[in-house]
Amino acid sequence: MDLRFTDDEIAFREEVRTFFRENLPDDIRKKLVDGEHMDKDDLVRWSRILNEKGWAVPHWPVEYGGTGWDPMRQYIYLEESQKFPAPQPLAFGVNMVGPVIYTFGNEEQKKRFLPRIANLDDWWCQGFSEPGAGSDLASLKTRAVRDGDHYIVNGQKTWTTLAQYADWIFCLVRTDPEAKKQEGISFLLIDMKTPGIEVRPIVTIDGGREINEVFLTDVKVPVENLVGQENKGWDYAKFLLGNERTNIARIGVSKQRVARIRELAAKEMSGGRPLIEDERFREKLASIEIDLKALELTQLRVVAADAKRGNTGRPDPASSILKIKGSEIQQATTHLLMEVMGPYALPYRGQSAEGWNEPPDGPDYAAFAAPGYFNNRKVSIYGGSNEIQKNIIAKAVLGL
Amino acid sequence: MDFDLSEEQSILKDSLDRLLADKYGFEDRNRHARTPEGWSADMWRHFAEMGLMALPFAEEDGGIGGGPVETMIVMESLGKALALEPYFATTVLGGGFLRLGGSPQQKAELVPQVAEGAAKLAFAHQERHARFDLAHVETSASRDGDCYVLNGAKSVVLHGDCADKIFVTARLSGGPTDEAGVGVFLVDAKAEGVTRRGYPTQDGLRAAEITLDSVRVNADAVFGPPGEGMSLVRAVVGQAIAALCAEAVGVMSAMHALTLDYMKVRKQFGLPIGSFQALQHKAVDMYVALEQARSITMFATMMADSPDADARARAMHAAKAEIGRAGRLVGENAIQIHGGVGMTMEYAVGHYFKRMTMIDIAFGNGDHHLRALARAGGLFDEKAA
Repeated sequence: MDLRFTDDEIAFREEVRTFFRENLPDDIRKKLVDGEHMDKDDLVRWSRILNEKGWAVPHWPVEYGGTGWDPMRQYIYLEESQKFPAPQPLAFGVNMVGPVIYTFGNEEQKKRFLPRIANLDDWWCQGFSEPGAGSDLASLKTRAVRDGDHYIVNGQKTWTTLAQYADWIFCLVRTDPEAKKQEGISFLLIDMKTPGIEVRPIVTIDGGREINEVFLTDVKVPVENLVGQENKGWDYAKFLLGNERTNIARIGVSKQRVARIRELAAKEMSGGRPLIEDERFREKLASIEIDLKALELTQLRVVAADAKRGNTGRPDPASSILKIKGSEIQQATTHLLMEVMGPYALPYRGQSAEGWNEPPDGPDYAAFAAPGYFNNRKVSIYGGSNEIQKNIIAKAVLGL
Repeated sequence: MDFDLSEEQSILKDSLDRLLADKYGFEDRNRHARTPEGWSADMWRHFAEMGLMALPFAEEDGGIGGGPVETMIVMESLGKALALEPYFATTVLGGGFLRLGGSPQQKAELVPQVAEGAAKLAFAHQERHARFDLAHVETSASRDGDCYVLNGAKSVVLHGDCADKIFVTARLSGGPTDEAGVGVFLVDAKAEGVTRRGYPTQDGLRAAEITLDSVRVNADAVFGPPGEGMSLVRAVVGQAIAALCAEAVGVMSAMHALTLDYMKVRKQFGLPIGSFQALQHKAVDMYVALEQARSITMFATMMADSPDADARARAMHAAKAEIGRAGRLVGENAIQIHGGVGMTMEYAVGHYFKRMTMIDIAFGNGDHHLRALARAGGLFDEKAA
């Protein structure tokens, strides 16, 4: 047992930091530090810079553009990018549909889609959840009926993050309504420009416009856009959700937020002294830090086990811990950050499609604190709610 | 970064676990607890034969040259078995003073005795009004020619009743809570003026109230620089906290395993209670807490012999605080899920719960360490990161 990073790993961390320092545009970094939403253009700009460097899809196999880093280097890279902070690549492409395509797709699909995902030429969104299919995802009803060289797709998807920007959507659709519910599902890639697709925004409680409803009415999808085999889509979805969990602890994001809390709590005054000197406040912060330190070690244990086992494509079920604790810590930090702002967490700053309507009232760092807290309630809901994660652990790890 | 045990470490763990599985079942343990000594001299001999007492000492001093990882392995296994023997008091606490503060002569004299199981040690430090303040020492030491004369009273000295030699803290100068002015003295348990009153603790271990009435010790009984003993005390207590965290992980993992077994066999409403989601989620909460405790214990183990006293102190504050809250969550849920049977003296889970509760209190409870960490600036400030 040796819990130190090797000299090579320490040098690698420095290389990553240097690259971010020299290449991330300041305006993008500032938005991330303040907790402001990024525009599509921000992420496209950054993704192209990364792709130029060869770091757009570090965890992919080298033949499809990956870096060949071992799991520890991938983790170091991820943590540094979150701590810097740099924008996280569009997960729907690089973490979700990309790995599904290179694992289960045909050669044609790999050639057609993978390079465009890495360069963010195609913006992908995820068509899984439906109004009647949330935690019970396999009960989804969106129907795809084979008609010659096409599927005709009808149904409704929801909670579709950033669909307003999307060029493509990957969808779970029901192709065999007679089969057991997990066995009649297929994985389809659908061009968002196809006639019959309508995107309607859903405004979230923070006032943000991240998520949407996507309506599909007689949408014609060429059969070559089926991934893998018909009616095997549930297997691919489970694979995808498993991949999602390995990146979900967001240690670096929480570390960055903890540093931000400490920095701003030294500026905000309470009872004539900096807030950071308030005993109750700093105990709350220390308590979160302890949880975060333990989770960092838990994450590294999972990473080290992955490295030893080799990439099986199946995450350790213990990684559900990462989802549960990681989301709890993100929520605790966003709440504490809001608390730092005191009364200046109150003013609401309206947002139009063009951006912010007016300058903020109070310190400029206060405007996004309460929305950040509100928005982060999502992290214990998405990607399999924390209660679903507990069901997974109870069954797969504890044998109950 | 490597989380695996080396081959030697795996052998150590396996052979100790096998010994405990063979000879230290719950019934054996209860039998030992009921003896006047409160632990088993037979097991102590077995531990010595396995080299457990020699383990943490350097080879040139007559030890085996193990480090914090080896201590973690042993303490976790002893925690799983709810062992009663004075291993922690002797090798971690007393042994810590020997390792970190002993002169070559002091080591040459005492390490071989400890290594073969002949000498048992204890650390007499706690005082009536000190609570969790380590620097609070009112017991006095005054120089008298070549000797020091110690006067005062020490409380809840773990295994102080059976120890052959006792490390005693006493103040040479300054006010009762000053960091400076404290010395560490090795006192023979049979020395004139030492009075001991032994008693069982809530978890079935043993402790003693010790009074020192003009106890004379020679100048060569001082460990570390006289008057600058607190840095030695803090270093030893840091290692002790890491070891206690490892014991706690063993205790928690045993409670969790017992609870899972029970959930699979106990039936109500015609079904195993493990099929009920409300209980499943409690069991998962316990599992998450246990794994987080395991992780922070690895962190504490890694930091246990760090020469950076500030970073080491923060790590120990963090670990002890996390162990405290994890232990309470795991322990209370273990009792709850067992229902009535968890309340009974004859069933093991309650005994684990009691040991866990006492571990939280030892060397400062979770709240104490959380406050201390917060005051020190947290874990991730610029200095600590």
